[in-house]
Amino acid sequence: MILSPNTRKTLKALETPTEKKGKGSTNSIWRQPLAIVGLTIVGVWVFVAVFAPWVAPYDPYSQEFDKFIPPSAEHWMGTDELNRDILSRVIYGARISLPYSILLVVLSAIIGTIVGGVSGFFGGRVDATLMRITDMFFAFPGIILAMAVAAALGPEIRNAVIAITIVAWPVYARLVRGLILNSKSSDYVTASSLLGSSSLRTLFVDLRPNISGPVFVLMALEVGTALLLLSGLSFLGLGATPPSAEWGAMVSMGAVNFDRWWVGLFPGLAILTAVLAFNFIGDTLRDALDPRTAKALRD
Amino acid sequence: MTLLNVSDLTVTLATSTGDADAVRNLSFSLDHGEILGIAGESGSGKTMTALSILGLLPYKGKASGSINFEGREVLGSSKKEFQHMRGKEISMIFQDPMTSLHPMLTVQTQLTEHMRYHNKMSKSAARESALKLLDTVKIPDPASALRAHPSQFSGGMRQRIAIAMALACEPKLLIADEPTTALDVTVQAGILRLLHQIRDERNLSIMIITHDLGVLSSLTDKILIMYAGSEVESGPTRELLSNPRHPYSQGLIAALPGASREGKFLTSIHGMPPELGNFPSGCAFHPRCGFAEDRCSVPPIDATVVSEGHRIYCPVNPFSHDRVEQS
Amino acid sequence: MKPVPVLTPVTKTLFTGTGLTPFIIRRLLTAVVLILGITFIAFSVTQLVPGDPVAANLGQSAYSDPDIVAAFKAEYGLDQPVHIQYITYVGNLLQGNLGISLSSKRPVAEDLREFFPATLEIALVAVFVALVLGIILGVISAMTRDRLPDQIIRVFSLTGVSMPVFWTALTAFYVFFFVLGWAPGTGRLEPGAEPPPQVTGMYTVDALLDGDLATASQAVSYLLLPALVLAVFALGVITRFTRASVLEILGNDYVRTARSKGLPERVVIRRHVLRPALLAIITVAGVAFASLLAGSVLIENVFSWPGLGQYAYKSAVGLDLPGIMGVSMIVAIVFIFMNLLVDVLYRVIDPQMKDSK
Repeated sequence: MILSPNTRKTLKALETPTEKKGKGSTNSIWRQPLAIVGLTIVGVWVFVAVFAPWVAPYDPYSQEFDKFIPPSAEHWMGTDELNRDILSRVIYGARISLPYSILLVVLSAIIGTIVGGVSGFFGGRVDATLMRITDMFFAFPGIILAMAVAAALGPEIRNAVIAITIVAWPVYARLVRGLILNSKSSDYVTASSLLGSSSLRTLFVDLRPNISGPVFVLMALEVGTALLLLSGLSFLGLGATPPSAEWGAMVSMGAVNFDRWWVGLFPGLAILTAVLAFNFIGDTLRDALDPRTAKALRD
Repeated sequence: MTLLNVSDLTVTLATSTGDADAVRNLSFSLDHGEILGIAGESGSGKTMTALSILGLLPYKGKASGSINFEGREVLGSSKKEFQHMRGKEISMIFQDPMTSLHPMLTVQTQLTEHMRYHNKMSKSAARESALKLLDTVKIPDPASALRAHPSQFSGGMRQRIAIAMALACEPKLLIADEPTTALDVTVQAGILRLLHQIRDERNLSIMIITHDLGVLSSLTDKILIMYAGSEVESGPTRELLSNPRHPYSQGLIAALPGASREGKFLTSIHGMPPELGNFPSGCAFHPRCGFAEDRCSVPPIDATVVSEGHRIYCPVNPFSHDRVEQS
Repeated sequence: MKPVPVLTPVTKTLFTGTGLTPFIIRRLLTAVVLILGITFIAFSVTQLVPGDPVAANLGQSAYSDPDIVAAFKAEYGLDQPVHIQYITYVGNLLQGNLGISLSSKRPVAEDLREFFPATLEIALVAVFVALVLGIILGVISAMTRDRLPDQIIRVFSLTGVSMPVFWTALTAFYVFFFVLGWAPGTGRLEPGAEPPPQVTGMYTVDALLDGDLATASQAVSYLLLPALVLAVFALGVITRFTRASVLEILGNDYVRTARSKGLPERVVIRRHVLRPALLAIITVAGVAFASLLAGSVLIENVFSWPGLGQYAYKSAVGLDLPGIMGVSMIVAIVFIFMNLLVDVLYRVIDPQMKDSK
């Protein structure tokens, strides 16, 4: 998968483990306005998703209205090509896009961490082989592979998640491997093993704190990308299928009927706000992780 | 007229936990041709003092008080005024020669660019100057050196190049921030000798910052010892080193490997220097001081004169009646 | 084992020397290995994943006829065991034969020659715009750190990076074509217009080479909107990255030294900061370009732009292995080429670099 350059730079920065754990870090997050905005927006979407049946004005699948009503008092976002209220569908869309994006990130993080962990920990030929494979995945144009897999499995949101996971795990593998390699050679790990701790203990006690932090930051940064990819695949017809109210699929209906501007605009705005919010949070987390990196990468 | 007169200098930095004073009400002066050594541990505010003279404080740093250079007030100068001063009247060399020189520009460029900017010299005239400078700092084969890049030189050579760079526009004051700390001991002596020589030849004033008292004893005319952003003791080098009166100074000197008697353990000062923003009240050293009394934590701490030009900031002044044993 | 006679001292330095030529040769070798690896991955994944290319490419009635199915399989070698298929494919590949597309029934190479230049055209314009604008904005952002210009630029670049590109394309199309009428419709040229004689496959270039200014300007007007939409994401990325790079460099000791010499800030930026920054930015641009090719899938869908993205989509949906492989190959080659270009530029800009790989 070809990485966004931002992620690459973050990867490079994240690969240097910080021994000092920020008493500053938690403080800073809550004080950053951008993070607060991000968390608020995400909070709103989560709330909307959870309480959709109460928040949505109408049934998202009900086709009782007129076709293509522009935004009005009764239908704040208008109605679509199958006579459904768009606002309600956008609200229910949160129930699909958000959980599946997060699921995708968690899955790829798990797979990538295991591969990277094994690779870094055992080193030698295991490492070399696994890294060759990871490199090949990196060079491969991810979206094409994702499309092929999704197409092969059949258009369904679940398959889109699988397809993107296959393409997204290498990022985590590289990160974790880099972290482990850096940590293995760091002084405190050497000291620990000199004191006689077994390798397994080393792995969990000494390495884990240095790994979990950056991995979580990377996950936060990747949620936005996951959401974009997921809705992208749905837009192409390779993900969520009608009648489900997935945002990307809704935008594709908007493309077909582009003169009815409201059909595509609002679901797209939903995606935009969600991704923006996740990026706010991810950026702030990255800054809080390592002061030296923060100074260098502060956006 | 003194060349440099600093009074009541306070430098405030922005940290993740709010503003903190790195330098507090510092005062000192420097004459033409004099070498002043500023000593202290990391975090004592030495570097910030130097940076504030040139207006090079880090992002969001502020300085207040008075810095008077050749009769002119420096603090509050405009950007243009600072630019005019930097490199031309006051220049600086930094601690790490590996990172202070630009890795991608040739030695010639780095030596001549400010010459050409400040003095409007032509490329060839500047190059001639540069060759002479490299000679002064004893770089072999100056012509090839000009064409090379800093990474092709050793640490000691790079520091010499940095010195050449600092001397290029014939400044009146050279500030050297830990110029030998990153170098091997054997190389250090050469650099210090060079600085001494340059002072003698050009009547250049030098302000040298270091935590290494050994460096100070061989090079400086007078010494200022800082702790937690404030002065604790200052005076002529010979006098101060043979007769240190402040408990902290005594601790520093006693901690020198040469100072301890054969067979005895190295002495060190108990405790750690305080963190920025968390300086103890009154005399910041009092938590670590064996002579501390209640009045030590009550500001203000006034200066006590020990002898001509030699003063300490210590309300207790425990050694006023005897001289410390010579080591 | 006896040493291979071809590795005389001279030829050996071709591979192990430190000059520029050995460097390029080493990279090319790695590239070949990488490409083979990619074919392997693409092949394995498409084999492991359930899905029948035959069903995807034959109509419903044709599929129910076993003779037609058998003929289809025979023609495309789908009746061979898996490893034979792979070996055949690689063998053909080494001879420059990319196979026949299952869906278009044409040689993949021909398909690529038709579709690739279209994407290349908009990608080149997009990268150019994104680089120029991105570097300028990034530097301004870094120089005015935390003040108003910086805040505005940061918000814009973050938004640019968060926009779903298919939605941006749609909205842009609606606004600029439907509402304002500034942009022409979908496609590369007016319906019914004759494309210029093919030299590069890029209509603008070919029309200019043909001396046909009218077609050239028409081609430009059609490619502007898709190219600019493609540029938006890259612009956001490059701006953010430039800002971060410049800020990091500004914190370096040698910048402080330059300032301590009294050089005006513009000289410090131009001579001391931009050069190292450029190194990092080039890397980003290289990666951005390669990912643009992949990202064009969505944009080409909206603008009905007959490029690599569309072809990739058709191949994916049709489970057309040769097609998929062909597209992957091209994108991977561009990616590798970009990396190589970046590395060569690195060594040119930074005289200190020795080959550390």
